[in-house]
Amino acid sequence: MKSIINYLAEIFRGIVALIKGMKVTGYYFIHPGEIVTQQYPENRKKLEMFERFKGEVVMIHNENNEHHCTACGICEMNCPNGSIEIISMTVTTEDGKKKKVLAKHIYHLGMCTFCNLCVKTCPSNALRMGQTFEHAVFDRTRLTKVLNRPGSVLMKGVDK
Amino acid sequence: MKFDIYDFSSFTNSIDKGLMANMSPFWAVTIEMIIIGVAILGFYAVVGLYLVYAERKICAFMQCRVGPNRVGPYGFFQTIADLIKLLLKELIPIKNADKILFNIAPFIVIIASFMAIAAIPFAKGLHALDFNIGVFYVMAVSSMGVIGILIAGWSSNNKYSLIGAMRSGAQIVSYELSVGLSLITIVILAGSLQFSTIVEGQRNGWFIFTGHIPAIIAFLVFLVASTAETNRGPFDLAEAESELTAGFHTEYSGIKFAFFFLAEYMNMFIVASIAATVFLGGWMPFHIGGWEAFNGIMDFIPPFVWYVGKTAFVIFLMMWFKWTFPRLRIDQLLTLEWKYLLPINLFNIILMAFIVLMGWHF
Repeated sequence: MKSIINYLAEIFRGIVALIKGMKVTGYYFIHPGEIVTQQYPENRKKLEMFERFKGEVVMIHNENNEHHCTACGICEMNCPNGSIEIISMTVTTEDGKKKKVLAKHIYHLGMCTFCNLCVKTCPSNALRMGQTFEHAVFDRTRLTKVLNRPGSVLMKGVDK
Repeated sequence: MKFDIYDFSSFTNSIDKGLMANMSPFWAVTIEMIIIGVAILGFYAVVGLYLVYAERKICAFMQCRVGPNRVGPYGFFQTIADLIKLLLKELIPIKNADKILFNIAPFIVIIASFMAIAAIPFAKGLHALDFNIGVFYVMAVSSMGVIGILIAGWSSNNKYSLIGAMRSGAQIVSYELSVGLSLITIVILAGSLQFSTIVEGQRNGWFIFTGHIPAIIAFLVFLVASTAETNRGPFDLAEAESELTAGFHTEYSGIKFAFFFLAEYMNMFIVASIAATVFLGGWMPFHIGGWEAFNGIMDFIPPFVWYVGKTAFVIFLMMWFKWTFPRLRIDQLLTLEWKYLLPINLFNIILMAFIVLMGWHF
């Protein structure tokens, strides 16, 4: 007798569980507002990517065209694909010391896998991930970018 | 020629008379058969295509997506574009495949569902074959499709195809039993195997209401078993994309693949129309015995609309199942049939027989 009750209870529990699942999908079916798909080419103007989205590596510049990069080369060493090249130059400061400064921070977008290691390992937080993602070009050479803006200098006080 | 949306029999009779008057009975019957064949073929293609569209849209909404929306308004012509693509695709010949069986298999599958559709009453008088053993005929013919699936799996010379086909065989042999027994439950109540009589018997209330408890149990069992019989999710073990690539139709390409695909959707349509006819009254409007005014209003809606509405409801339920439930393992599948559905079904038949004997139904 007990086994029969268990058998029926099992069927009943099974049906209840199935109805619970159907309630979830049924809710989504009658609520079109829950749709998360972005209609991309149409909503291009107002499309906003998420904070965590990794589109490309960019160098942070402030309004005085100053960046944080000390040309230490740690990002270049850490990049698994070799998509970063640091070209530095030596300048003489006003008190006669020789100092290495950044000439060009070259970034090969075509080789980047957006792993975020360069951003993570940068000791002076000079890099961040940008949110643009429309990177298609007709010429491969245009994927090689120089991240420091022309005429930009190192921010004072970063290299202590 | 009188065209009546509420009763097609005068329309079909006038065609019959017109043909009989102009030619010998042999040619008249031949032309009638050709007309019916072409009509059903056209209906088959359109319904198959739009069931695929409906499935994609419904599944998309249930998964918080939009679904096809590029070809035509709301993606309405998406499946037609897909069909054109499939027609233009290359038919890849398989080395070491059994050529004859490999080419015959998709036709067997599609002919099985094509034959079943002929026996379905679409509206009053719109009924190609009204056998006195209609329910039995549909059961017999629709289970022929599994032979095509087995042949397809065997002749492909591919281990995935063979395993998929064998699973399909095991599945259909098991679930055919439940489908048959749940239909027999209603046949006991209706007292007939003929579809027209079954529909006529629901004039004062559909069988799911007049048969109350056993009819509802039979309807639920039929829904589960027929979903399994059509190889649809959550019982799509014959295809099993994750472990068998595509099961029995792995080696098929182009229009031969499209035949399997179309046949799957048409089988769903056929079992849904059988469920609608046997349990929900077919083309019979919603009647409550004794409420003449209410019944009169319900009669105003054409029978064809009632039939399509009920079938669409059952199809929607089956799609809802597919996109909600996780897939079963093969042993769970057989456990569900032999340990749960079959005993419930047998008990249910006895219950229904007892209720009919005592006259406890409405």
